[in-house]
Amino acid sequence: MATGAIYALAALGFTLLWQASGTINFATGEFVMLPAFSMLAFQALGLPLLASFALTLVVATAVLGYGFKRAIVDPMRRYGVMPLVVATIGLALIMRSGVQLSFGAQALPFQNIFGYEVFSLAGVNVSAGDLGTLAVTLVVVLGLQAFLQRTVTGRAMQAVAQNTESAEVLGIRVNRMIFYTFAINAMLATLAALLVTPLYLAKFDMGITLGLKAFLAAIIGGFNNSRGALLGGVIIGVSENLLGAYVSSAYKDGAALALFMLVILFKPNGLLGAPTERKV
Amino acid sequence: MKKINLILGMLSLVALIVAPHLFKTYGVYLLTYWLVYVIANLGLNLIVGYAGLKALGHAAFFGIGAYSSAILMQAGVNFWAAMLVGMVLCFVLGLLVGFPALRVQMHYLAFATLGLNEIIVLVLKNEEWLTGGTFGISGIERPGLFGYVFKGAIPYYYFVLAFAAVAFLLLWWLIHSPWGKAFTALRDNPIRAESLGVNIRRYTLLAFAIGGVYAGVAGSLFASLVQFIDPAPFDVQISILMFLMVILGGPGYLLGPVLGSFIGVFAPEWLRFTEGWYLLLFGGVVVLSMIWLPGGLLSLRQALAARREARAHEAARLSAAAQARRGA
Amino acid sequence: MNPILSVKALKKSYGAIQAVRGVSFEVMPGEIFGVIGPNGSGKTTMFNSMLGQIRPDEGQIFLDGKEITHLDPQQLSMQGVGRTFQTLQVFGNMTVRDNLIVAAQEHRGTMLSRLFAPTDSGLGGKADHLIDFFNLAHVRHKLAGSLSYGQQKLVDIAMAFMSDPSLVLLDEPCAGVNPRLVGDISRMLKGLNRDRRGSFVVIEHNMDFVMDLCHRILVMVEGEVMMVGTPAEVRANKRVLDAYLGS
Repeated sequence: MATGAIYALAALGFTLLWQASGTINFATGEFVMLPAFSMLAFQALGLPLLASFALTLVVATAVLGYGFKRAIVDPMRRYGVMPLVVATIGLALIMRSGVQLSFGAQALPFQNIFGYEVFSLAGVNVSAGDLGTLAVTLVVVLGLQAFLQRTVTGRAMQAVAQNTESAEVLGIRVNRMIFYTFAINAMLATLAALLVTPLYLAKFDMGITLGLKAFLAAIIGGFNNSRGALLGGVIIGVSENLLGAYVSSAYKDGAALALFMLVILFKPNGLLGAPTERKV
Repeated sequence: MKKINLILGMLSLVALIVAPHLFKTYGVYLLTYWLVYVIANLGLNLIVGYAGLKALGHAAFFGIGAYSSAILMQAGVNFWAAMLVGMVLCFVLGLLVGFPALRVQMHYLAFATLGLNEIIVLVLKNEEWLTGGTFGISGIERPGLFGYVFKGAIPYYYFVLAFAAVAFLLLWWLIHSPWGKAFTALRDNPIRAESLGVNIRRYTLLAFAIGGVYAGVAGSLFASLVQFIDPAPFDVQISILMFLMVILGGPGYLLGPVLGSFIGVFAPEWLRFTEGWYLLLFGGVVVLSMIWLPGGLLSLRQALAARREARAHEAARLSAAAQARRGA
Repeated sequence: MNPILSVKALKKSYGAIQAVRGVSFEVMPGEIFGVIGPNGSGKTTMFNSMLGQIRPDEGQIFLDGKEITHLDPQQLSMQGVGRTFQTLQVFGNMTVRDNLIVAAQEHRGTMLSRLFAPTDSGLGGKADHLIDFFNLAHVRHKLAGSLSYGQQKLVDIAMAFMSDPSLVLLDEPCAGVNPRLVGDISRMLKGLNRDRRGSFVVIEHNMDFVMDLCHRILVMVEGEVMMVGTPAEVRANKRVLDAYLGS
């Protein structure tokens, strides 16, 4: 369940980016991996975990939010999706090898912000980490939903995502709204890093599987819908654990894929997505 | 075909024939590796570059070709029959992949094919009784023809070169036939194409099937080249690299895969001296190339021509404005 | 003489909005049939329902007596129905000539035979002829995407005629086009109608164009047929004026 929540966070960022700017970010996993290592670096300098997290939030927003947008997405948007996709693939390569060169290929441990207690709830063992992750994710997602739907800025961002041209005509600063989306994505990724790295340890290639699961979660839930990302993540998390426990741990990863294929075949727009008609 | 292209083609062919004698064994091995990828990526270019379908699971077909060859040859079947089985499997799988492609929009297709790739790799890793699991299959033999076995590095290079040449010519023919225009129409404007009588369903299925077969053939050749296979070379990461090679070379250009595969196979080798920095540099090259030449490296000529035209337009506009001012 | 096109009681709703509320009309062979009406009257929805782009809720459509109601766009093209779209829809990365060739090549032979056919499927001459007719000879080998809007519009229209369809539906062929080009388009359509005896159905807002070009005109208001008549009859009808200027 907790892992599902983490996938949901990454999926959410991914979906928001896609909606706002048509960017398919193949470095989504690496966007989580980099903040994880950034936090480790700050801690190595002597800072406590929370302070490292706060600093990394700032750095991530600057680099993965603003930097990514200005240096890569903006110059390439007019050329269509494929060059941008390939550029993010290249970016993922750079990030992965950069981290590998700086930190080595070993898996590094990461402190769990919630501590290591284990509770017994209704006969099931639940760790503080799981509870904490779920709670934080829920708060963040609900908060984000409230922001998007109840504040002026949030609604402006939604307008940009749905119809960029109209939004521009209405006087909305489209560029800035898109930047906010990138910033939120960077922050969600940093949060995901904080929550997931204690579980899977920090390794330069931790982004690969994570990224893939995030894509699948986003699609299963519905590309057009941010709540869908949450649903998708949860579904994947739950079925993975169920499959792993009852069927075969080798095929655990297959849970997400099988679900994904089913959804693609029967509900191509995702479980919560709205069908998009072909325009003439 | 223009005369200069014919001459360049002949020269390239001569260069390719002479090349292996200028390299040591490892170099010849790399050249052969490159040609195998060229064949696979020619197929991917058909799907992605010509038909405009975002397929990201190409390594799966590559793997099916390789594993069916390996498994059957271990069971005593000869190379050619094994390759044929691989081709048929890939053709059928291609058609199967094509079906959901019709119901699903572009970006979904990318992830659907990725998902399929993952599933296939999972099966390859776990069904040990068939595939040897993560231990793989070793001792794959080189093919033979009329009693002659292409055992050495150089003979096998020529063997693969022959396949590559045929594969290229077949694709050239396909693209220049009416099918080529239908694929391009499907890519550029499927709605209009449909209203003009282009059967979207058939062409999509065919693109996947033919592209898949190309990868399958490449897979069989790969198996006999490396003579030991495990699931790793058929992973999603390789699919993504293949996609990268096609886009980097230039989607929709016949020679795109040749250039892209060359960079993809040789760049890591040349950059090896940078010791661990090569992936980083390669990634950097990719990102910069996409920013400067989003149509791929082969689009250089078109990009320069477009820039020249834009400048000419600007100049014309400025002089017209100046004239107007003078007249007013 | 049997009508080339017969539309019976066509209905299409989008949820609560009834875009087309029971439209019936007939087009005779060789006729240029105009469809006019205020914005939102359902003209394009009707077109799209007829052309397999969307499914009509009720009603039937017959092409020369044969029912074509539920055919998809590809099948309709094979039956001899051509169309243009409201927005420009050319193949930007192909030359003008190739655009025209691809517009008719699927009508020649079978899938397999086309694999072995020459690159222009024998349509080169016909494409050149249409190119000359539309005065596009000087841009014959240029990429369609690099042409001006007006030129692309001409290519767009020419493409619809390459396969010699018995019925061509044109959706606002003059949209965004300068007055001189409007005159050219009118002349070209008249010429094609004369030479090939094709039947056209044209949606347009440009009144002069419609009145000059069409033999009969259908006026559509709020999803229903208000009247069908000759240009003179339509011009004289007070209700048509009201529909355009009133409420």
